[in-house]
Amino acid sequence: MQRSIVNSYELRNDFPIFKKKINGKDLVYLDNASTTQKPYSVINSITDFYSNYNSNIHRAVYQLAEEATELYEQSRKKIANFINVRPEEIIFTRNTTESINLIAHSWARSNLKKDDVIAITEIEHHSNIVPWQILCQEIGTRLDYVGIDESGFLDVEYLIELISSRKIKLVSISHMSNVLGTIVPIERIIKTAHQYDIPVIVDGAQSVPHMSVDAKNLDCDFLVFSAHKMLGPTGVGVLYAKKEFLEKMKPFISGGDMIKEVFKFHTNYNEVPYKFEAGTPNIADVVGFGAAVDYLEKIGMENIRKHEIYLTEYALESMQSLKYITIYGPMDSKFRGGVISFNIADIHPHDLATIMNDHGIAIRSGHHCAQVLMQRLDVPATSRASFYIYNTKEEIDKFVNAIKEAGRIFKI
Amino acid sequence: MSDDIYREIILDHYRNPRNKGKLENANVTVHDSNPLCGDEIDIHLKVNDGVISDVKFEGKGCAISQASASMLTELVMGKDLNVVKDLKKEEILENIGLTNLGPARIKCALLALKVLKVGMIKYYSENDPSSAEQVKNESSLY
Repeated sequence: MQRSIVNSYELRNDFPIFKKKINGKDLVYLDNASTTQKPYSVINSITDFYSNYNSNIHRAVYQLAEEATELYEQSRKKIANFINVRPEEIIFTRNTTESINLIAHSWARSNLKKDDVIAITEIEHHSNIVPWQILCQEIGTRLDYVGIDESGFLDVEYLIELISSRKIKLVSISHMSNVLGTIVPIERIIKTAHQYDIPVIVDGAQSVPHMSVDAKNLDCDFLVFSAHKMLGPTGVGVLYAKKEFLEKMKPFISGGDMIKEVFKFHTNYNEVPYKFEAGTPNIADVVGFGAAVDYLEKIGMENIRKHEIYLTEYALESMQSLKYITIYGPMDSKFRGGVISFNIADIHPHDLATIMNDHGIAIRSGHHCAQVLMQRLDVPATSRASFYIYNTKEEIDKFVNAIKEAGRIFKI
Repeated sequence: MSDDIYREIILDHYRNPRNKGKLENANVTVHDSNPLCGDEIDIHLKVNDGVISDVKFEGKGCAISQASASMLTELVMGKDLNVVKDLKKEEILENIGLTNLGPARIKCALLALKVLKVGMIKYYSENDPSSAEQVKNESSLY
């Protein structure tokens, strides 16, 4: 088994929430695919912003506003650098969902037409399904789904076939499944799609926080992700798009700050990225997001990935020995992020999560905003444990013991 | 804690649900689900002379929601509608012995009652509009 060089025991001291007790027990937080905990450096940067720099950005000429603008734009640079793109290609949104909606509204609506086919997959989160369904209803485009096999791997050959037969006009695809943990070989998909001039949207909500993602090298046309899944605050998402796309795209939300000049009956829009950031943005939380990226870079994304491989392998090995367990998704951690969905005997995931809570363990139960995938797996729900830098081997032991305890309570 | 929730009787009703299945010639059939959990319950009612002469449920979901539905059918079987319409959520929780549930899980326990009340509103609105109003007003379960 691979070793981890991340000292998660020491790291935990950076996160105030781990001082909290749940039912008298230490919190074991295993719902990181949903949202992550925040280190002091992120919390403090937000407090520091409101205490020392609070003012609106991009307009006023007094010193405070210049400092606030500088902090906000510094964050943009940090995030651009983090995924290796230019700062003007980073748009701040509220979350991944809003970023995909922005693309559907501002790019797809004017570049696709009736009967054009959009390829998505059975592993998508609802945020990469519903905006396309709405677009299809409105302009008559159609959806085609790329399926998965029994081990949770995507049918990449089918997608390649769709692309090379020129049957589709857009690919929108998750980089890592939030349920199965499956890592999708997007390099090959993007390369093939570009041979046929088909743009590719990558949903990086699960990948960007957990592994090194170089958008320039990948050459994806769009990449979307959320700050709160990578130690940052809620309410901040990112849309990366190649500048040539952004420049041709129409605004999404319109009003203040996205304009150059407004006349009575027409407006000239601001340049990118500002054209897509109407109204006062979430300034303090964007600044907090910058602090989160600093924290992650200090540890190193390669090290984070290694730590999660280590935890995932240990958890899979421990769980496989349990009676009546079904584990979904690839069993090889090379192809899987730190996300494990499973079911055990006839214990419903919500009952399991209730029992876990007795032990201070937070796991997710339900459909994980992926009902299309649940239908494919033919289950109403799964339980899901997902890991991050602060999780330890001992926590996985507690988690596995709690599954055994559930078995005792349910008399299986 | 969990040992108090998942007692023998809950597990028994979860694994061996009473009155489960379809009901031919039901007067009322109602379906609802809990979007949070994905719990689903269908309730079929047969009403004769103001009495629930037969009741069956179908559904899938967690032990709490399914056991609660099973126990509810036993509770209302053969009862006068006037009695059933006044059933309070506290009585249901007491009946299944789950009075300490948190806000998320209480919805699982009360889903069957919610479906039953919607069924009664549906029945009354054809036969007794003022009772339909009464159930509607008193049915804010959550």
